[in-house]
Amino acid sequence: MAAEKEEGAVEARARQHTISLLVENKFGAFNRIAGLFSAKGYNIDSLTVGPTEDDSVSRMTIVTRGDDAVIEQIIKQLNKLIDTLKVSDLTYESFVERDLALIKVQTTPETRSEIMQIAEIFRAKIIDISPKTVTIEAIGGQLKVDAIIKMLKPFVIKEMARTGRVALKREFQGEVD
Amino acid sequence: MAQQKDTLSPISPKQMTGSEIFVRSLIEEGVEVVFGYPGGAVIGIYDALHDISDIKHILTRHEQGAVHAAEGYAKASGKPGVALVTSGPGATNTVTGIADAYMDSVPIIVFTGQVPLKLIGNDAFQEADIVGITRPITKHNYLVRDVNELARTIKEAFYVATTGRPGPVLVDLPKDVMASKTHFEYPKKVSLRSYNPHVEGHMKQLEKAAALIAKSKRPVLYVGGGAIVSNAAEELKAFAKKTNIPVTTTLHGLGSYPETDELSMGMLGMHGTWYSNTAVHYCDLLIAVGARFDDRVTGKTEAFAAEAKKIHIDIDPTAISKNVPVDVPIVGDVKKVLQKLTQLVTPLDTKDWIETIKQWKTEHPLRYRNGKLIRMQYVIQKIGELTEGNAVVISDVGQHQMWTAQFFKYIHPRTHITSGGLGTMGFSLPAAMGAAFARKDLPIISVSGDGGIQMNIQEIATCVEYKVPVKIFILNNGYLGMVRQWQELFWRKRYSQVAMYSPDFVKLADAYGCPGYRASTTSEVEDVLKKALAVKNGPVIVEFKVVKEDNVYPMIPAGQTWNEIIDMPDKELSDIEGEEAETEELITLTKG
Repeated sequence: MAAEKEEGAVEARARQHTISLLVENKFGAFNRIAGLFSAKGYNIDSLTVGPTEDDSVSRMTIVTRGDDAVIEQIIKQLNKLIDTLKVSDLTYESFVERDLALIKVQTTPETRSEIMQIAEIFRAKIIDISPKTVTIEAIGGQLKVDAIIKMLKPFVIKEMARTGRVALKREFQGEVD
Repeated sequence: MAQQKDTLSPISPKQMTGSEIFVRSLIEEGVEVVFGYPGGAVIGIYDALHDISDIKHILTRHEQGAVHAAEGYAKASGKPGVALVTSGPGATNTVTGIADAYMDSVPIIVFTGQVPLKLIGNDAFQEADIVGITRPITKHNYLVRDVNELARTIKEAFYVATTGRPGPVLVDLPKDVMASKTHFEYPKKVSLRSYNPHVEGHMKQLEKAAALIAKSKRPVLYVGGGAIVSNAAEELKAFAKKTNIPVTTTLHGLGSYPETDELSMGMLGMHGTWYSNTAVHYCDLLIAVGARFDDRVTGKTEAFAAEAKKIHIDIDPTAISKNVPVDVPIVGDVKKVLQKLTQLVTPLDTKDWIETIKQWKTEHPLRYRNGKLIRMQYVIQKIGELTEGNAVVISDVGQHQMWTAQFFKYIHPRTHITSGGLGTMGFSLPAAMGAAFARKDLPIISVSGDGGIQMNIQEIATCVEYKVPVKIFILNNGYLGMVRQWQELFWRKRYSQVAMYSPDFVKLADAYGCPGYRASTTSEVEDVLKKALAVKNGPVIVEFKVVKEDNVYPMIPAGQTWNEIIDMPDKELSDIEGEEAETEELITLTKG
C-alpha cells in the first residue's frame, strides 16, 4: 500500500521491497541471514528481528532493493537456508508497517516550542527533555518518520536511533485497489 | 543402515559419554570410513574410536587431505563422506575442502573438536570460531551445546548433507559436551519443518516442457553434475534415446552419458569440444539437466544459446534463472523428473541435426600433435585405451584437468572426479585416496600437474601406510601450465611466477616407500602405464616429463561468446622445433 505508491520516484529497476520472514529461533540463524546478504552483495536498507507469538520462531523484516531478478534470487536464497520457515515479499500486497525513531534535537528557548509543534503535527511524543535538548519518539510508516526527521534537521539532530521497518500483511486485501 | 555390532566397551547401556554417542551414531549411519586427524579437543572421541572395528579411521597427513578424501569417497560412492578433526588449526585447515564440497554439492559431514563451552569466546588454546568461519560455505552447520542434542544433531547433519542439493555440513563438538553423559537413543527419522526439498517435478511444467520438446528441430541436452548426484544415468539415456537428442555434459556431468555413444558430444564450455559448443550455439531448444549455467560453461551469458528456448531441471530453485533466464523451469530431482518427462515425449526426427553435428565432429575433432616429447593429451588418451574407460579418474586443476576431461572417454557415472567449482589445486591425490575406499573394483587414477601434486603431496605417506592403491600420475611440464597459457595468450607472454622447480618424483616415491617410474619420451609412456596399472597393494608414482609449453584448445576466452572460439591453430606454438617437429603426427579424437 502506501509506501510503494508514494515512492513513485524510485526507479522500477531497483525498487524497494519489504520482505518478511519467519526463521527458527536458533543460535546463528540471524547471522546466516545477515551473512547471506553480505556474501551475495545484496543491499539492506533495514533489518529488524524480534520474537513472535511462537517462542521457537523469530520474525525478521528486511527492507532491500533490487531489480526483479535480484529480488527473486534473494527470496529463493532466503528460502534455501535450513532455518528459514517462510518468506513473503510484502511489496505487492497490502501491508501495515511501523518504524520507530528516537530523535534527540538541540533546543534553545526560542526553538523549543516550534520543535514541540512539529512533534505534535506528527503525533510524536516528547519523552525526554533537558535545558538544551528534547528527545522525540516518532512512530509511523517509514515515510512519516523520514518526514519528521527532515523537519527536525534544521534544528540540529544531536543523536538518533531508529528501529527500521517492521511489517505484517494486512488481513483484508480485497478492498485495496 | 549397517548392522549394529556390540563392539563398544561394556559400560552402562543407559549412560554414555558424548564421544561414545558420536561413535555409535556414525555406526548407525553406516559410516565405514572416517578420514581424520586427532588433537587435544577430540582426544576423547579418539579414545572412543580406539576399540571400534566397524569404522576404519584413516589418519591423513593434513586436515585438508581428510576433507578432500571424504569428498572423493562421497563422489565415487554416492554415500556421505566423513572427516573428523580437532579444534583451532585442525578446523581451519578444513576450510578449503569444505568450500570445495559446497561449490560442487558433495555430501560430507565434517566433525570438528571445539574448546569446552565455558572457554568459547575466551581466545582459548586452539580455539577458532569454525561455525562462524564456515557459515557461508556449508549447507548448514551446528554447534552442539548439550550432550542431549548430540544424537539428533548428527542424524540431522547426515540428512541435510545428503538430501535435496547435497552439500557439506559441519558439526562443532565442544570437549566438555563430548565428555558429559546421557542416555543414548538414535532417532529413527528426521523431520525438519523448515527444510523439505522438492523432488517431484510439477506436472504442469513437465507438460510445458514436453510441448517445447515436441516442437524442437535442433534440441540439445546440457547435462551437469546433478544427473550424477541423483543417479540418473539410466533415465538420461532412456530420455535421450527416445527423443534422439544429442547430449553434451559439463565437467561434472562427464560419465552421466556414455561418450562412446553417437549422441554424445563430450564436454561443453570454455574448453569443451568445438562441436558441442557449436551445437549449443545453434540449437533451438536447450534442456539443462542438473546444471547451473556456470560462467565456465556459458561465457557471456546474454549470448549463450541466445536463440534457444530453455528448459531447466534442477533440485535447487536458486540455480534456476540465476545466470540465464529460462522458459520452463522444473524444480525437482533429475531422476524423477526425467522418468516422468520420458513418458510425456514422443520420438523426434532429429536426423538432419545429428548429421550436421556429425559433420562438425569430422571437421573439428579434438586434436594434438604427437612427437617424440610427451604430450599430456597422449598420456590421458593412453590411460583411456588401456583401461577401456573402466577406471575412476581423479584430476587436479589446470591444463591436465581439461585434457583429462577431453581425451578420456567416460562411460560410467562417478568415474570422473574433479574440483570443478572451486578449482582447488591439491585436490586430486587426497580425493583419489578417498575414492579408493569406495571403489575397490576399479583402478583409481590420480592425475595431477607438478604444481597441484605439491599442494597435498604429504598424502603419499597416507596411501603407503594404508596400502591405498592409487596410481599417482604426475604430468610435469615445469610450469603452472594454465596460468602460463593465459599469460601467453592474454598477457603478452610475460611469464610471471609460473615456472616451478619440483623434486625428483621417482626418488620421492622411493623415500615414501612405493614404486616410482618415469617416462621422458612418448615411446616410454605405454610401458610405464602398464607397469603402474599392474601395481597391486599400494600406491605407485609415475612422473611424465611432458612438453613444457602447450595450450588447451578449443578455447572460448572468459566472458566471451561462441564467435570467439579458438580451435587449435594449424601451427601450434610449442618448444618443439626443427627435425623433431617434422616427425610429429596429428592425432584426433572425437567424442560420440
